Amino acid sequence: MFKDLWESLSESLVNLGEIVHFLLRLIINVPRSLLRVDLIVEQIYNAGALSLVIIMLSGMFVGMVLGLQGFQLLQRFGSEEALGTATAIGLVKELGPVITALLFAGRAGTALASEIGLMRATDQLSAMEMMAVDPIQRVVMPRFLGGVIAMPLLAAIFSMIGIYGAQLIGVQVMGVDSGSFWSQMRASVDFVDIKEGIVKSLIFGVACSLIAVYEGYYAVPTAEGVGTATTRTVVLSAVMTLFLDYLITAMFL
Amino acid sequence: MDIPRGRVTAVMGPSGTGKTTLLRLITRQVSPNSGSVQVEGQHLETLSRSELYDLRQRMGMLFQNGALLTDLSVFENVAFPLREHTKLPERLIRQLVLTKLQAVGLRGASDLMPAELSGGMSRRVALARAIVMDPEILIYDEPFVGLDPISMGVILRLIRRLNDALGLTSIVVSHDVQEISTVADLVFLLSGGKVVAQGTPQQLQSYPSEIVRQFMGGLADGPVPFHYPAPDYFHELLDRGEAT
Repeated sequence: MFKDLWESLSESLVNLGEIVHFLLRLIINVPRSLLRVDLIVEQIYNAGALSLVIIMLSGMFVGMVLGLQGFQLLQRFGSEEALGTATAIGLVKELGPVITALLFAGRAGTALASEIGLMRATDQLSAMEMMAVDPIQRVVMPRFLGGVIAMPLLAAIFSMIGIYGAQLIGVQVMGVDSGSFWSQMRASVDFVDIKEGIVKSLIFGVACSLIAVYEGYYAVPTAEGVGTATTRTVVLSAVMTLFLDYLITAMFL
Repeated sequence: MDIPRGRVTAVMGPSGTGKTTLLRLITRQVSPNSGSVQVEGQHLETLSRSELYDLRQRMGMLFQNGALLTDLSVFENVAFPLREHTKLPERLIRQLVLTKLQAVGLRGASDLMPAELSGGMSRRVALARAIVMDPEILIYDEPFVGLDPISMGVILRLIRRLNDALGLTSIVVSHDVQEISTVADLVFLLSGGKVVAQGTPQQLQSYPSEIVRQFMGGLADGPVPFHYPAPDYFHELLDRGEAT
């Protein structure tokens, strides 16, 4: 049993190494890719704009739950006015980036992995190679950069909608004073908190997009292989997001 | 193995004998473990990436299933190499693309998406894309697989016509003996990773070798055995096997 455990551990380490190596290869390609703004914009649309509905809906509900739970909890201490602060900090620093990343992995990550995997399986990537077009430049980089740019924007929208959701429940339904809801939030949410959220969502953006394009690019070129690649994308992205979340939180303390 | 300029050369052989690998070597999608590959006198192993890409711009390749880019229309697929490698004005690109599509008979399909095309049509579009940069070498990987007789006839005629009209060097990998015999000037027959015979299609028909006769005649048994290696039939049937 320990042997199995050791083998799977060392296998994941090798895998991680390969992903990091792939990341370095992408980073080298960044300057040249920035010349093709049109391709990147298209992918920001694919990864970002097409994820907007699911992000906004989820943000709304998460905010509403926070409003409800937060109100119940804070009421016990007679400090309902702190609801604004509590939800805003929770969303901006933690829930916004993390849940956005998880949703992104499920919506955009799988789409990226299966798209690139299918291009591999149907020889489209080889065809580009033969037309002297580098598939890393033409296919992988725009999708990677699009994801990295889209993630912080999505997380910001998620947090904003979430705060409105909490306000809807806390102020409109539960009767917290609107003035203190907003003013306490403004007074106690620092730029450091917002910065933490931005840093997190940027790093999650790199991780989730990287995993998606990596799994797609190196997918086994069969129908089954593409399926496996999408599954691995979701699982790996989720675990990485939560793991990195802990690391970054610890670093900001 | 020498592939002459300006001719249609066919590479034939049973499945799994390295025909596709040979194509990948010629285009350096893979590098040889030993030996060397020269294209137009250039040793492929010594080329840098940009030199290789320069060379590839003078090659066209038709993949087994066309390998069209699924998110682009037929027109954009054919225009793809032009847009990536040249800065031609839109009007000129349009003219070039329509000329090539006309050559394969699909000018009317230029607005369709690859998913709307039949197998034969997408291969013709891929052919138009392969010749849009006016290559000197055109490589076909199993161009007849899964095509109905009419589409097959169309592709065959295109291979011959393009070769003669554009002065190309064509390399066709296939195992359709009858079809390829009608267009090829020269045939190499591979088996087990080696060239076992070469010559014109007529010469191969009467080649004094077991394997060639088996392949050209489509015989079920011969040097390539019908049976996958297995223990003795009689023994295995009588053997009750160990209790499990």
